[in-house]
Amino acid sequence: MYSKETLTKMYRTLYAIRTFETRCIKLYRQGLIRGYFHPYLGEEAIATGVCAALEERDYIVSTHRGHGHCIARGAEIKKMLAELLGKAAGYCNGRGGSMHIADFSTNNLGANGIVGAGIPLGVGAALGAKIRGEDRVAAIFFSDGAANNGVFAEAMNLAAIWDLAVILVLENNHYAVSTPIEQVSRSADLYKRGLGYGVESFAVDGNDILEVYQKTAAAAAKCRDGKGPILMEAKTYRHTGHHVNDPGQYMPKETLDYYKSKDPVKIGRNYLLKEAKASPEEVKRIEAAVEQELEEAVQFAVDSPAPSVEEFLLEVENA
Amino acid sequence: MTANTKTELAAATGRNIMLRQALNEALAEEMRLDPKVFVMGLGVAERGGSYKVTVGLLDEFGPLRAIDTPISEPSFTGAAVGAAITGMRPVVEILFVDFSLLVLDQLVNQAAKFKFMTGGAGSVPMVLRTQGGVGNGLAAQHSQSLEAIFYHIPGLKLVVPSTPYDAKGLLKSAIRSDEPVVFMEHKLLYMVEGEVPAEQYLVELGKADVKRSGSDVTLIAWSNMIPRCLAAAEKLADEGIDAEVVDPRTLVPLDKDTIIESAKKTGNVVIVQEAVRRGGVASDIASIIQQEAFDYLDAPIKIIAGKNTPIPFNLELEKACVPQESDIILAVRSRVHDKG
Repeated sequence: MYSKETLTKMYRTLYAIRTFETRCIKLYRQGLIRGYFHPYLGEEAIATGVCAALEERDYIVSTHRGHGHCIARGAEIKKMLAELLGKAAGYCNGRGGSMHIADFSTNNLGANGIVGAGIPLGVGAALGAKIRGEDRVAAIFFSDGAANNGVFAEAMNLAAIWDLAVILVLENNHYAVSTPIEQVSRSADLYKRGLGYGVESFAVDGNDILEVYQKTAAAAAKCRDGKGPILMEAKTYRHTGHHVNDPGQYMPKETLDYYKSKDPVKIGRNYLLKEAKASPEEVKRIEAAVEQELEEAVQFAVDSPAPSVEEFLLEVENA
Repeated sequence: MTANTKTELAAATGRNIMLRQALNEALAEEMRLDPKVFVMGLGVAERGGSYKVTVGLLDEFGPLRAIDTPISEPSFTGAAVGAAITGMRPVVEILFVDFSLLVLDQLVNQAAKFKFMTGGAGSVPMVLRTQGGVGNGLAAQHSQSLEAIFYHIPGLKLVVPSTPYDAKGLLKSAIRSDEPVVFMEHKLLYMVEGEVPAEQYLVELGKADVKRSGSDVTLIAWSNMIPRCLAAAEKLADEGIDAEVVDPRTLVPLDKDTIIESAKKTGNVVIVQEAVRRGGVASDIASIIQQEAFDYLDAPIKIIAGKNTPIPFNLELEKACVPQESDIILAVRSRVHDKG
């Protein structure tokens, strides 16, 4: 049903996100990455599946937990790493950091430090495309935490009344920082909120790459057909706390164990081995290539010069 | 054509229109020139805007470029930011500046910082038109002068026009700006008439205009305080006091050179601000002048500004909150007579 090439590409992305985050946490512990860092570990299948189902011309809008979206969209790992290390060669010249990477070459309109704020941005991108008469979908990633922010309701309504080609990808990882969703929503099924706005809404297993991919592909087709927006809630769970320095002690062990048993990277590897009949050696070769690219990127970032303070001060002098 | 005062006056052909019509012309002209320009806001399309600034745009440009929105200010402003990031030039209308407080995240955290945060890769060419100021008994939540909030935020330009000519030329420049612009109109100025040439022109952002030349005292003001200062200046002239009236027209960028030049020339400065006194733009302008022209000043810089209070409903109480012509005259007299 899926070509080996497709499953290989997906697994490569899943593994690239997993190793990127794991390696960056080490760099953080070494003091090479500073500031906030929100790992995407455990949620890799959502970004990977959604982005695999989009066209190059489509837009994505990311979140503070955005490295996975960036990689899945095809960002350059070395420019990401350089940015995380605050270097001049990074995506934002060291001005943005983890929470502000945007990559216009892949129509990634950027991560965001304000939970929920990206939702209207994506709606606006879709609105602009509609005004220009262009066939472009905007996939907007946001979280269960963002679903309790007013702009979620407002922006979903705008997308609905204007029939915009928007896929609202609600990554329900069950925690708003440390507050469990059950504590802040009577219904844990957040997709149901879309129904009241007349928006086609459903939930998917966010750890299953193929389910995410299929449902996104169908949603994108509907959007291109003028039947957007669509709200897709992807149920998932973080493998870590909210950020690198949050041990996540509030996350019950049995729940974490359950979701780790449904590890999206393992599921993706199994698809590649069983559906596409790839050999374990082939999988190892994919992994080794990803690891090599990552190590080269780390070296590039470490060796890159810092941004010039003098140039920066000149830039802002008369602002 | 970019103009300064003299050429502006020369260019004006005796065609008098209201400020709201001047704004309407600016929007229509820019929408004709650039298909990426569109307007959106509450009642801007079908109704043509509460202050009739967007009349006729729906008919000429259709519902995709003149868009009525729900009362969802944060999200339609955010949608404008998203559209701007992806190449459009949206002009959003927020009916009252008081409601712009609802959109501060999108304006301050998103629009103002986007270019910076992305290392210069992204840009947000959008205009947020809004309307503020005291007048007509609209009470505390529909009468504020909030320019200081936007003035404080790096990454935003801030336009505060006082005449139809300026309003039109500045709005056209704002729409063409690649950075986000807050364009603050005053509710009492929409129906004020002024000369506006029939041919197209721009007024550059960041160029002050000397609305009246004088030698004894510099009055610095913007928006609706300009007509008040000009009226006061005429009465002061009868007393033999020759006041210069400087209108920065845009607070960001601020034309410091023109302000300082005038302060040096007259040696006396009175800054007139409708907004509340505390934390206002007048204080910052005063600090710039004292730093750059201290030795030229004959007396301390005087600021007359709004009282530090929400605006009351009763018209007499309302009037007591903001500088009136008589307050300006008294302030100038005290400055000029105390001097030395």
